[in-house]
Parts: sequence; structure tokens; C-alpha cells
Amino acid sequence: MTFRNASGSSRTRGLAIAVGAALLLSGCATTNPQDPLEKFNRATFSFNDAVDRTVLKPAATVYKKATPSFVQTGVNNFFGNLSDLWSSANNFAQFKGQDGFSDLTRFAVNSTFGLAGVLDIATPAGLRKHNEDLGQTLGFWGVPSGPYVMLPLLGPSTLRDTAALPGDWWGDPWTHVNDVSWRNSGVALRAVDQRATVLEASNLLEDAALDRYEFIRDGYLQRRESRVLDTDRAQERAEKVHDRIEKVQEKLGVKKPVSPDDGAEAPADAAQDAASPPNNPPVPAPASPAPATK
Amino acid sequence: MKPIAQLIMTAAVAVSASALAPAAIAQEAPDVLVKRVSNDVINAVKSDKDIQGGNRQKIIDLVNSKILPYVDAQKMTAQAAGRYWRQASPEQQKQLSEEFRTLLVYTYSGALSQIKNETVEFKPFRADPADTDVEVRSQVNLTRGEPITLNYRLSKGAQGWKIYDLNVLGAWLVQTYQSTFSSEIGKTGIDGLIKKLRERNQQLASKPLAAPQK
Repeated sequence: MTFRNASGSSRTRGLAIAVGAALLLSGCATTNPQDPLEKFNRATFSFNDAVDRTVLKPAATVYKKATPSFVQTGVNNFFGNLSDLWSSANNFAQFKGQDGFSDLTRFAVNSTFGLAGVLDIATPAGLRKHNEDLGQTLGFWGVPSGPYVMLPLLGPSTLRDTAALPGDWWGDPWTHVNDVSWRNSGVALRAVDQRATVLEASNLLEDAALDRYEFIRDGYLQRRESRVLDTDRAQERAEKVHDRIEKVQEKLGVKKPVSPDDGAEAPADAAQDAASPPNNPPVPAPASPAPATK
Repeated sequence: MKPIAQLIMTAAVAVSASALAPAAIAQEAPDVLVKRVSNDVINAVKSDKDIQGGNRQKIIDLVNSKILPYVDAQKMTAQAAGRYWRQASPEQQKQLSEEFRTLLVYTYSGALSQIKNETVEFKPFRADPADTDVEVRSQVNLTRGEPITLNYRLSKGAQGWKIYDLNVLGAWLVQTYQSTFSSEIGKTGIDGLIKKLRERNQQLASKPLAAPQK
């Protein structure tokens, strides 16, 4: 009995190892480590794609063709202005005080002089938009992104950012509009407007991607990570520090302003100049027609 | 004795300096190169009504003449194919990089026809003169919304600096193609991937460019 049991368990263990190895191998061949939910995600993706093709994209195409471009800009600015407030709060929560004040000023200026945000007068004035959301704030504080999640209707996201969504909804002033029909129409208009702004980009994507699901996933995850880490600005900061160190080094005399190579070349050039007049005066003349025409 | 030695030294320096001079002119700094190519292309698009109207052949000619000489398509493809690149025969490597390059030309020409009022701003470039692999960073400022990150990776080869990767909105092109390449090769082999790229290119060649924006 005990013997049989032992053999049975060893057999099952062998089977488990075999299955595990098979899973691992197939895992290596097909799935991305950041996308363990690929099966579910692909299903959601094709659902979203169907909705996009039948409803959203046609609506966005009509909107783009039928409405004057100043209306589109106004709609885009209006919702963009509302998002600046929450973005500003998230900037402060990540100790990005300068960006936080900049976004807050944008909101203040555009909401008043920009006629409730319809005109974006802050951008030409040099106040650039910094889109920050709660997912980025959580990332800043060290919360890992978790697996890739394709959300129904909302599109690509990660587990962390999905968890942060209720916060972002709360932070979106438009969700606090009391009138239900106004609120819903606004949400729909915003969706159509946003889809319209990426119409060309999505056409390009269809051309460029062999497998659109993978292409969007890999592009999205990289982009999201670079936004959370602020890769660009981190590099700029590093360079500023580097510049400062160099200046201090020069002041202290650790690093000589003139490198030894320059010192060696200078006398050689002088010697060459001194030597050249008797040897090759006819050479430069035909080579450069400029002095001849003067 | 001493003056003669000095003379020989001077002559040697003069000869080596004159031999190095043309090479130095040909070796345009990477950031200067990207700036020049980028400005050339933008000016060409902005001054050409046919291109803005979506004349595909003209755009492709522009890409071929102004951009491709500065792109290392083989390195780009090798990196996208990753470990599979070494398994491919030289003929497969050649075909794969040709088809991949064509696909990128089609995609890129689609993007170029969209240029309107955007301006490109280059960020400070810092590299050691000894570097053979650098990143040039820029951003495209739109009339509205956040600027778009546009960075380039270049490597120095026998023919000077060449672009081998592109970062748009924080995502590197090569990395974005990597998993597609590996899953296609896993399914149907290198020839399968070449075939798939070729089919896509033929499809794109017959498809008109997106209607111009108003």
C-alpha cells in the first residue's frame, strides 16, 4: 500500500514535471513574461477592436470630417484643461513641484482667460502640459506595474494602473457633473474626440504591425514605463549634474582646461606654417578658387 | 642632428594631419547629422504640395534619397531578430533586412505626409568623441497637446554614423518588433517571417496613402 502510494506519487510528480516543462517551453515560445493574461487580453482586444471598427472609428471619422477644426480644438482643449487639475495633484504627489505649479497655472489661466478651457492660451505662453495620473504616482512610489491588462473599452493598461483607475475617475472633474445625460454625452464626446486625434496614427499602426496585439502591447509597456520613470528628464538631470561637476573640476584645477594633445599640436602647426611657404605656394591656389575670384 | 629630427617629425605630423583632414570632414558628428537630415526632410515636405497631398511615389523617393543613406537597415533587422539572426543564412539575412526596410519606408512615408506645423526641438547632446554608439534626443512640438519624444540611436561604422533605432513616444522601434519577429519565426521559421513581411509590403504598395488632412 505504502509502496504503491509512493510509486503513485512519484509518477504524478514525474507527470507534473513533464507538464511543467511543457508549459515552460511553450511559455518560452509564445508568451511574454509581462503578459501572463495573454489569452484573456487577446479576447478583450478583439472585442475592443470590433467595437472600434463598428462604432468608435466611424464616429470619429465623421466627427473629424464634419466638424470645423476650431470646434475639435475647443473640445480637445476643454477636456484637456479639466485633466490638468488632476495632473497637477499627481505632480505634487511625486514631488515634481515645478510641473505641479505649471499645470495648476495652466488650469487657472485657461479656465478663466481661456473661456472655461476652450482656448489653450497657456501652451503658447510656454506652460507645457504634463500628463500625470495616479498610476504614474504609484509607480513613482515604487509600486510595480504588474502584468499587462487589456481592459474592455478602455484599452491597454497594467494591473497597477487598473487599480488606480477609480482614483483617476474621481480626479476627473467631469465625472462630478450631476446631470447624468450631460455627463454621459460628455464622456462619449471626449472618447470620439480622442479617437479622432489618433486616426492617422492608428492607420499607420495597422500598416506597421504584423501582429497588432503584440505591437500595441510592447509599444504601450515601453511607453508607460518611460513615462513613469520620466526617462527623458532623468537623463537631462544627469547631464546637468555632469556639467556642474566638470565646472567644479575646472575651478579646482583637477582637470586642465587645455589637454596635452592641444599643446603638442600647436607648435607642430606653427612649424608646419613656417615650413610651408617655400615648399608649396602653388598648391593652395588652384585648389581653392575663392581667393582668385576676390 | 636635432633640427633634422624635428623636420622629419614636422613632416610626419603634416602628412598625417592632411591625411586625416578629409576623414574628419566626412565624419559628421551624429547630432549634426540627425539635425541636418531632419531639417532637410521637414523642409522638403513643407515645400512640396504633392507630398502633403499624399503622392506616395514622391514621398518614397524622398525617404530613399534623404533618409535611407543614413540608416543601417541590417543592424536594425539583426537587433529585431535577436538570437535568430545568427541562425539565418546570409541570403535570409539579406532578404529579411530588405523586406523590413521596405516596411519601415512605407510606414515612415505615411507619417511624413502628416507633417504640418510641427517643429522639432533637439535636446543638448553629450557624447565622448571616442563613443561609437550614441543617442540623439529630440521632441516634436505640436500645436496642441504634449510634445512627442523622438530619439535616435546611432552607431559609427566604416561609412560614418548611421541610425539603427528610433524611439517614438518612449517606445523603441526595434524592441517593439522583437517579440513579433520571434513569435513569427517560432511559428513559421525565418522564411515564414520574410514571406509575411513581403506580403504586407505588397499589400501596402497597392494601397493608397491615407487621404490628406484638411
